[in-house]
Amino acid sequence: MVLVFIDQTEGHIKKSSFEVLTYGAKLAAQLGTTAEGLLLGTVNDELPALGKYGIKKVHQVSSDTLNHLDAQVFAKVIAEAVTSTGADTVVFSHNQTGKAVAPRVAARLKAGIVTGASALPDTANGFVVRKTVFSGKAFANVKIDSPIKIISLNPNSYHTAAGEGTAEVVALNIAVDAPKVKITAVNKVSGEVPLTEADIVVSGGRGLKGPENWNILLDLAKELHAATACSRPVADAHWRPHHEHVGQTGIQIAPNLYIAIGISGAIQHLAGVNRSKTIVVINKDPESPFFKAADYGIVGDAFEVVPKLTEEIRKMRAGG
Amino acid sequence: MKILVCISKTPDTTSKIAFVNGNTKFDEAGVQWIINPYDEWYALVRAIELKEKDASIVLHLVTVGGADCDPIIRKALALGGDEAIRVNADNADSFYIASQIAEIAKQGGYDLVLTGKETIDYNGSAIGAMVAELLDAPYISLATKFDLAGNTATVAREIEGGEEIAEVQLPLVVSCQKGVAEQRIPNMRGIMAARTKPLKVAEPAAVDALTSIVSYELPPPKAGVKLVSPDNVAELVRLLHEEAKAI
Repeated sequence: MVLVFIDQTEGHIKKSSFEVLTYGAKLAAQLGTTAEGLLLGTVNDELPALGKYGIKKVHQVSSDTLNHLDAQVFAKVIAEAVTSTGADTVVFSHNQTGKAVAPRVAARLKAGIVTGASALPDTANGFVVRKTVFSGKAFANVKIDSPIKIISLNPNSYHTAAGEGTAEVVALNIAVDAPKVKITAVNKVSGEVPLTEADIVVSGGRGLKGPENWNILLDLAKELHAATACSRPVADAHWRPHHEHVGQTGIQIAPNLYIAIGISGAIQHLAGVNRSKTIVVINKDPESPFFKAADYGIVGDAFEVVPKLTEEIRKMRAGG
Repeated sequence: MKILVCISKTPDTTSKIAFVNGNTKFDEAGVQWIINPYDEWYALVRAIELKEKDASIVLHLVTVGGADCDPIIRKALALGGDEAIRVNADNADSFYIASQIAEIAKQGGYDLVLTGKETIDYNGSAIGAMVAELLDAPYISLATKFDLAGNTATVAREIEGGEEIAEVQLPLVVSCQKGVAEQRIPNMRGIMAARTKPLKVAEPAAVDALTSIVSYELPPPKAGVKLVSPDNVAELVRLLHEEAKAI
């Protein structure tokens, strides 16, 4: 059986969970078995409706303690759930929670793990999972040799597919330890699309010349319901907050669309964004290395091109 | 107070990525090796800062690898730290490496183990979590701030769209990223001192790896950029809508 970890926050199931549920159901079909979900804590969402992603059951450990992440507590509960449900394959999202918990579960169960998977495993000859390595510049095919296999899937690398179906919700009775991690505050950037969850990201570099010029980028982001990001020099110069820095040493993202404005595309920047599905580069320097990594480009002055782009998108949306 | 920082050797960020032996091995020809930036800039520098504030802190570094890692660990010692331990073994897989580090951590009785959030070559993001599990210690991943007052650590960690502040009692394992500290350049005194700092070689514990790399692949080359005239921005919008289906 394939057990899929369903990640939630503030009473709602995360978008990345729908991707792993779809992935887990596809994997189960490939292995000739069934997929089931595992939810820790309590949510307001309708759990039987998760059946539409192809899972038969949702096992729930409904303890309020589990509404906040303590990796040590989570790993123990998940490992027990794996054992008691008899799962031999476990799927996580390679998101913040997955990074904290999945390798712990693997170590606890002595199960081989592939983190950052980008495709379904090849099960024709053993169990070989493809993962991104060298910060997205290559893939490795990694064979798992242990009886229990764990995969954490890169967010935004597998399309959610919903069909028909209802999942049976089963309460799992597992003892939950008292957490050792005491959460004292949560600081969310309100009113903005979270960068790692965004479908579209609009990003600016030194070519915008100064923080006072960010309005054109913010207008475009607003029109596209996009998250905003920036290059490292921009964050280092404090033109934009550090949490917007994408790149090798910043945040790595994989949106459907990445629009880079006035960013030259140094290799360290590309390492943070090269898993994006479509890349658009707007830069006045035709020799900018970013054009080599782009799908679409405009060689031109950002201060002229970006407001026009915002206007054209507005027109297209208005015209339906 | 004893702190252990995990150090990994990785290719420089600008290295050309290519593979040899029928795509089963990374091509090391002409590659410059560096300390994994997350281990160096964040985990190690933060540990050094803590030691600068409290001289009673004992700071050790650990790496798992062959003698080819020695120049890298000396570079790390040039930044700071009292001594280093190299577990003389190949990088078999995450579980193998984490097991070796956990063994060193148990023997040395460390209160705090710091790692980078991932290596820039394998991108596993797994060692810290596994070491924590093997030590049965709490784990904070993706830390963006780390402070210590007595036995209590105050950390900020990345969550979707923000950060969470938490308090945890030591012993503790933390994976560090941007925000925890700032990059430092080693000075001549540090480089000289590093030459005489102890670098102990430990033999590996008997542990079986659970995974193995079968092959590598490079992503298919990009089809090439489609350039649109700056006077025809509407065409870009049409392409993004109709061809890329991105908006």
